[in-house]
Amino acid sequence: MTTEQQQSAMAAMVRHHEIEQFLYYEASLYDERRFLEWVDLLADDVRYFMPLIRNVKFGEHEREETREMEELNWIDEGKDTLAGRIQQILTGVHWAEEPLSRIVHSISNVQVVEDRGDEVDVKCNFVTYRNRVETETDLFVGRREDTLRMVDGSWKIARRKVILAQNVLMAKNLTLLL
Amino acid sequence: MAMSDAALEQALERWVDHGRRTVTRSIFVDEELYQLEQERVFARCWLFIGHESQISKPGDYFVSRMGEESVIMTRDRQGEVHVFLNSCMHRGMRVCRYDEGNTPIFSCPYHGWSYALDGSLVGVPYFKEAYRSELNKSEWGLVEVAQIANYKGTIWATWDKAAPNFQEYMGHMLFYMDDLLDGRDGTPGGSEAYGGVQKWITPTNWKSAAENRAGDFYHGISHRSVDLVGIGPSAGKGRRDGQGETLSFNSLLDYGHAMMGSLQLGDAPWTPALQSNKVAAEWAEHCYYERKKNYGNRARVLGSGGNAFPNFSFWCRQPRRIFMLHPAGEALKSEFWSWFLVDANAPQEVKDLMRHYSLRYSGPAGMTEQDDMENWNHAAKASRGVIASRQPYNYQMGMHSMEDHPDLPGKIVFGMGEQNQFGMYAFWADLMASRDWDEVMARRQSRGSLP
Repeated sequence: MTTEQQQSAMAAMVRHHEIEQFLYYEASLYDERRFLEWVDLLADDVRYFMPLIRNVKFGEHEREETREMEELNWIDEGKDTLAGRIQQILTGVHWAEEPLSRIVHSISNVQVVEDRGDEVDVKCNFVTYRNRVETETDLFVGRREDTLRMVDGSWKIARRKVILAQNVLMAKNLTLLL
Repeated sequence: MAMSDAALEQALERWVDHGRRTVTRSIFVDEELYQLEQERVFARCWLFIGHESQISKPGDYFVSRMGEESVIMTRDRQGEVHVFLNSCMHRGMRVCRYDEGNTPIFSCPYHGWSYALDGSLVGVPYFKEAYRSELNKSEWGLVEVAQIANYKGTIWATWDKAAPNFQEYMGHMLFYMDDLLDGRDGTPGGSEAYGGVQKWITPTNWKSAAENRAGDFYHGISHRSVDLVGIGPSAGKGRRDGQGETLSFNSLLDYGHAMMGSLQLGDAPWTPALQSNKVAAEWAEHCYYERKKNYGNRARVLGSGGNAFPNFSFWCRQPRRIFMLHPAGEALKSEFWSWFLVDANAPQEVKDLMRHYSLRYSGPAGMTEQDDMENWNHAAKASRGVIASRQPYNYQMGMHSMEDHPDLPGKIVFGMGEQNQFGMYAFWADLMASRDWDEVMARRQSRGSLP
């Protein structure tokens, strides 16, 4: 390896580390219920998209996920509604989150897919655990495709696509953001 | 339980008590009653299968459910719609395991029996060698429903050939369902189901969800949080656009159907709606006045939620949704499916606005219905204990306030009331006590069709 290659590999590793740390930080804000700080990580024009997953015939996989801005999805929205979801939790009378669930996001398999300097596309897997009231437990497992953007020196989430690996949702509701 | 029909009949009289307007908790939590429901409710009643816009071309299919069982809705080469049990006649394997698509044939993955779009058995591997050409294929097509109906684009079916026909079974409920299925301008039909069906499991009994949409103007507290935040289609607080001066009503109909809505008191002007988009707002206003022209006096009736017995529940207007409340294998397990409807000819701006609104309102991620699922889940769970199940649920609200009204079909309770819900259980009990439709009809005749 030339010195130049070594430097570039090192820079990629540092970048990867930075992005990974941001994703962990973001998850911890949510799990520690620092909800308003979490909302601050959303870019003003953020899009959060979570398609439904269909069982389709081999070779027709382009129809497997419902389409953003076109079809019925689980979630397909911008910052206003995302912030509204958080506001709802903070009313203290959102019965599906009162008492608050115990939520743990585990983020893994982080890959920086494209680095455009002030914008980065990053993929990861998530295993998110929700436990509420006494013994009620749900596990949400899937993949995420995020776009992060540097705004005034801080990373913000500009886009998030959540691909939950379930056809019939096995949980009664989605009170949490994955 | 394992009781005789006579004992069951007597128990049902106590469990769904017309005099006291109470309903025992057992009917929500008892596993034997759950099993009997599969036969006496779901194998007997008219059930919604899907929307014809989901199978617009020949060869299109959509896999749906009737009760616990998987069915396939197809459109054959002649354009005719069929509904079949999704189970191979040879060893029972599901012949279709995709949610939807287009196909010339359904071929079983186990031994390869193949069925045409009209359900007929057309392919049997080794027909000559293995069956010695002796199998009578015409007797072994997929099991088809006994009756099928298309009402303004919605496809319905029943397994019971003795069931009353669709028009008779639905009766005046169709008056109210028109507000779900007609154009917003009052032209007949013309809705389409937007792409995708939300499906999710909820640990509750299907009836807990059915009674909620059958008419529960009483549960505002459930949705206090979303009312504080505001998710309506015109921004601001609340969940819906206003409708001017109206009187809320609950209607109890024949065959256990129930509806809630609002009655305008006079010739009300348009109340601004869909204000978050200019095109949508103008369209809504245009539709409001067109609907008055097309519907006449009937336009004063604004549908809200309803439940066509047993498990077709819906919101007519904001949001405009169909829910099928499928039983899912045990008393406290349901699988809910939800479709989103729009006017097929509405401007794209309207479709976008209503789709976003519907997503933030409804379904498992909907900010309103999340709380419903929580309540139905834990209400059912807390009703299962020995002591809990000795105490019936109370449906006395409005029991002495039922009246007839010239503009509203059914027995009406204005304001809040629970007589729709009780009526649903009264019909449920008649079905559960009866061995067939003849007996159901005799029972209704002797008692009067409404409680």
